[in-house]
Amino acid sequence: MMALRFAVLPALLLAGYSVAPAQNKQLRGEIEIDGSSTVYPISEAAAATFNKDFPNVTINVGVSGTGGGFKRFTVGGTDISDASRPIKDSEFKAAKEKGIQFYEVPVAYDGLTLVVHKENDWVDQLTVDEIKKIFTTAGNAKTWSQVREGWPNREIKIFAPGTDSGTFDYFKEVVAGKTGALRDDMSTSENDNVLVTGVSGSPAAIGFFGVAYYEANKDKLKAVPVVNPALSEPVSPTPTTIENGTYAPFSRPLFIYVNAKSFTRPEVRKFVAFYLQNAPDLAARTGYVALPKKVYEEVINRFRGRQTGTHYLTDEMEKRSGAVEEVYQAKNLVN
Amino acid sequence: MSSVAAGDPEMESLEKSVEQFLQKPRKNLALVRLREAIVFFLLICCGLFSLLVTVSIVFVLISETITFFDFDAVTLGSFVGSAKWSPQEGLGDTQNFGVWGLISGTLLVTTIAMCFALPLGLITAIYLSEYAPRKVRNALKPILEILAGIPTVVYGFFALTTITPLLQWMHGGFEIYNATSAGIAVGILCFPTVCSLAEDALQAVPNSLRDGAFGLGGTKFDATVKIIVPAALSGIVSAFLLAIARAIGETMIVALAAGSTPQATLDPRESIQTMTGFMAQTVGGDISNFDIEYYSLYAVAFSLFLMTLTLTMIGNLVRRKFREAYE
Repeated sequence: MMALRFAVLPALLLAGYSVAPAQNKQLRGEIEIDGSSTVYPISEAAAATFNKDFPNVTINVGVSGTGGGFKRFTVGGTDISDASRPIKDSEFKAAKEKGIQFYEVPVAYDGLTLVVHKENDWVDQLTVDEIKKIFTTAGNAKTWSQVREGWPNREIKIFAPGTDSGTFDYFKEVVAGKTGALRDDMSTSENDNVLVTGVSGSPAAIGFFGVAYYEANKDKLKAVPVVNPALSEPVSPTPTTIENGTYAPFSRPLFIYVNAKSFTRPEVRKFVAFYLQNAPDLAARTGYVALPKKVYEEVINRFRGRQTGTHYLTDEMEKRSGAVEEVYQAKNLVN
Repeated sequence: MSSVAAGDPEMESLEKSVEQFLQKPRKNLALVRLREAIVFFLLICCGLFSLLVTVSIVFVLISETITFFDFDAVTLGSFVGSAKWSPQEGLGDTQNFGVWGLISGTLLVTTIAMCFALPLGLITAIYLSEYAPRKVRNALKPILEILAGIPTVVYGFFALTTITPLLQWMHGGFEIYNATSAGIAVGILCFPTVCSLAEDALQAVPNSLRDGAFGLGGTKFDATVKIIVPAALSGIVSAFLLAIARAIGETMIVALAAGSTPQATLDPRESIQTMTGFMAQTVGGDISNFDIEYYSLYAVAFSLFLMTLTLTMIGNLVRRKFREAYE
């Protein structure tokens, strides 16, 4: 089941887009998009702006979480899947079995943001070790005083995205590793607005989600600077730090996956071209960070050369990781 | 017939219609029988339809619940003997299926709701039935019915955006999602049900009983408390049980305002999760149709079904036991 979300950044969407001298009413059709709630704001903004030029193309953007989106995508249920992590080997195999080919398209950077209550005056920064203490079963800190000496003896309330979301997967992998586990006494929700309400209403709470939801709720929440393990310096999630990679380890690329068969339809072609062309701008407008120009050029090369498949898995179905510029290269393509 | 004067058109037409009337049943008897049979068949179909729906729901619940218990990760003992509920894969070291973590949430919210709805509903019903002047009664009843018509999602938002801040203002210990806020909203939701049904029960008490109480020198209060309420007890108890069943099954309010932290706690200030809240949240986020978390939905639903079924049966017993007939 998917839920459409309306509350995200309406002002930004209304701000409008200044091209489109004439509307094209000839182009008709329906485009089905589903997946990550983190990528949702970008896709929704793309759809809304696209519809100004092409009013007769219906674009449905759902929010089932990255995993839920891929479940529909890999059986051909959607044309485009929003993903806040690269496709997994199990999902890749599922697509292969059904004969679904796809283009992998990185669209923006996200800084996964840790947030606390506005009036929280003790959390000035967190190290990765402290984050582990708070969120993992191994750390299992019940109160803030167990995280760092001198912090108040107040119970930590945790609000986290649902286990089906790419945000949860990514956070779990960074914080708990492949074998560890996140605590089971957190409040989880697939709906990021529930998390925003939860943290902004609980003085001793902590939560995390994509930077866009923080940007949209800046007045209610405080973002926590995270100590970069390499630099040993606290870094806040800003466009600069996310793009140059100093906001580590929580900056990550966001993707859309385009069904290759759907891409032969004119309305999907037009929409994806539009999406790519405006990706830097859409990303910035929705609170995310544009990727380096080189990456977008690479993406266009994939479409030109009809090169489908993923860059984030090796031939042995092992996960590939690293900076987008390094991973997203033709030599890494697996299909 | 021939005695009727020929040429009188009025009499002729009357005669004709009388003849037609006399012939009609004989001519259409088979048709009438057929029609009766069709109506009978349709009525039986309607009756069977509800039976079929109930039976198939129970069948699906039971068969999927059996599948749930076939998984190695879960045993009946850990399901009914534990209060730790964390069915999501990736949360915690292991998946835990202790249904009391959810049942306790449901019971907590229901108790809080009934603390508001039952006394308030009964007292309002007594006022409306015994004390209120007709004009007041005619004005109040429709207002109560409007209350019953408000969509529950609105109650949920009301709890989250109005009741919760109010509670937090009165006492700092309340969490943003908490059992009390949801409980109060569910209480408001059930209040019209209690009130309207209890009032019907009080109205059904014959006036002769009231007159008798007054005749013996009782005050209005004596008559109400000692005669009328006891006389209407079976109806009042039914109203209560119906309200409790409604509170247990309420979904939208708890999904919005009670939180998503399954835990066995008696502290009404804390965030909890009810059985219905869990189901609403889990159905909403795409889970695989074949893993254990999916089947856990049916096990929870079946437990919920058992709870409401027990309530209904208790209701029937109570009604039979306290039934007073005055005819």
